Amino acid sequence: MDAFEKLTALVVPLDRVNVDTDAIIPKQYLKAIGRAGFGANLFDNWRYLDAGEGRTDAERRPNPEFVLNKPRYQGAQILLARANFGCGSSREHAPWALLEYGIRAIIAPSFADIFFNNSLKNGLLPIIVPDAVVDRLFRDVEATPGYAVTVDLVSEAVVLPDGTRVPFQIDPFRRECILRGLDDVGWTLQYEADIKQYEERRRIEAPWLFTAE
Amino acid sequence: MMGKTLYDKLWDSHVVRELPDGTCLLYIDRHLVHEVTSPQAFAGLRAAGRRLWRRDANLAVADHNVPTKDRALGIRDATSRVQIETLDRNCADFGVTLFAMNDPRQGIVHVVGPEQGATLPGMTIVCGDSHTSTHGAFGALAHGIGTSEVEQVLATQCLLQKRAKPMRVRLEGRVPEGVTAKDLALAVIGRIGTAGGTGHAIEFAGPAVRALSMEGRMTLCNMAIEAGARAGLVGVDDTTVAYLANRPFAPRGALWEQAVAAWRDLHSDEDAVFAREVMIDAQTLSPQVTWGTSPEMVVGVAERVPDPAAEPDAARRAGMVAALAYMDLKPGTPMVDVPIDVVFIGSCTNARLEDLRAAAHMVRGRRVATGVRALVVPGSGLVKKAAEAEGLDRVFVEAGFEWRDAGCSMCLAMNADRLEAGERCASTSNRNFEGRQGAGGRTHLVSPAMAAAAAVAGHFVDVRGW
Repeated sequence: MDAFEKLTALVVPLDRVNVDTDAIIPKQYLKAIGRAGFGANLFDNWRYLDAGEGRTDAERRPNPEFVLNKPRYQGAQILLARANFGCGSSREHAPWALLEYGIRAIIAPSFADIFFNNSLKNGLLPIIVPDAVVDRLFRDVEATPGYAVTVDLVSEAVVLPDGTRVPFQIDPFRRECILRGLDDVGWTLQYEADIKQYEERRRIEAPWLFTAE
Repeated sequence: MMGKTLYDKLWDSHVVRELPDGTCLLYIDRHLVHEVTSPQAFAGLRAAGRRLWRRDANLAVADHNVPTKDRALGIRDATSRVQIETLDRNCADFGVTLFAMNDPRQGIVHVVGPEQGATLPGMTIVCGDSHTSTHGAFGALAHGIGTSEVEQVLATQCLLQKRAKPMRVRLEGRVPEGVTAKDLALAVIGRIGTAGGTGHAIEFAGPAVRALSMEGRMTLCNMAIEAGARAGLVGVDDTTVAYLANRPFAPRGALWEQAVAAWRDLHSDEDAVFAREVMIDAQTLSPQVTWGTSPEMVVGVAERVPDPAAEPDAARRAGMVAALAYMDLKPGTPMVDVPIDVVFIGSCTNARLEDLRAAAHMVRGRRVATGVRALVVPGSGLVKKAAEAEGLDRVFVEAGFEWRDAGCSMCLAMNADRLEAGERCASTSNRNFEGRQGAGGRTHLVSPAMAAAAAVAGHFVDVRGW
């Protein structure tokens, strides 16, 4: 994954609660066997007026009412969202689609657990801030064309245009991984001896878990 | 010393190493694999030249994309076919046990695992699918993971996790006639909301849960994720042990005795403390029907479509207005007056033998209403065979239902089974999200009995006394 330290970028507001991963990337686009190509179908049902099947991306009609299609939000890299963002299916295609579209951080009052984990593992930063701050951000973004904030993972703060610092927290281990762009498999394999030792102990305590070998 | 919750017992027995910030390297006993969320993980292993840590911990089955009829003709959709062929090839290359599309044991991964005894109490179980919470019904710590985590489990048999907070939902009293595990699940979500269990593992307890069969407990734990909890749990008792005896992957002989003795401790201690407790009187519940686009948007079948004007919270009110517009429903409409076009009986929530029996009971000697398309998709090839052995297929077919092969089917419509835009469906599945069953389709979540009765009536009916 790409490392993340600090980003100043345009904010796009998605004013809905409980945005689920079926909405983020509908199932008809989950059939690919690679990690790329999902960005064009991010929020597909809301973003386009016609169905994607049987049409190339260029032939489709964007929905001008959908917030991502509005000219003032083009190039946005920070998504402002409401409570329980990313609920539902565990599909990692959701963070892959968001990242490919260009989103690097999401600010919301809460996230669903699996989406939250999947995002961190891909360097997409899920930032939890209080409801009142989210309400204020929705008002300010709406009122201010070109509204941009700075997300600083090093100091764990979102810096607003007026200099206000909104602190947030990411678990120290996860923060380290994202700052350095580390992957979990490589990290885990340095503890190979511990895993083997655990297995030896379990073979004695709970031998029925190893019967197929 | 203070007593432990079931969650804590399961967690503590699987920690390989704990980091200073509380993140744990957690050992995984069972990894279930399907075609949609695994190809990129296997590709990652290949790219890094890595092998599987422990082959026998993995069990794979094709379920999301498989056609549910005319399988002999193969898969028409080229991308679906490639995904399933990719699973076949990955399992062959890496030595993973696979129930391929034409294996008689093939079915929905969360039906197949327990049916085979591959799901056992005390295990940690993961799968790249959020409804992995189902397996918690056996006193196992089970949850959905993303594809990066699928790769990590394949390569290391471990995950990096933080401990969740233990939460208990007690369902008191006796469940009334016509009210099923599905109704309990929907009522719990209606009470605590789709984010009510976020950050928690929910243990379901109380006499109404004890009285449920394993099938019912699986339905309940299946929908823990719709309450925001990655894991649902039920403590082990005689019902659990009896279900597992002689299953193909379950231990036998002396090992079985040893395992059962250990499983008897898999319940929360009397004095265990939970981060949150919720109490619901099951005796007061009625059959549930969702009216909106989130499982928390649910009412009793005898109630009406709620009015957003009565909702004080602005964000929630906006959500209700959007949901009613999508569902094309007016506030105040009695749920029993809502007509339906399609009935889907299936999914990892409600496609086990007990579910098919409950549905068949409602349609025996009756006919599907004119203009209604109704299908039954058994949860596995073995469920289908068992249902046919007792003649349930004939009951459904004679009533005008389609009797299909096993798979995820119209729960998420990745195969050819889907709603057309504007169609309204009474579905035994788990998610009523916009477009879930097909772009523009409208889903109402109900129990198998409620879905079957709706198929006959052409609209929702109260199955109590039907």
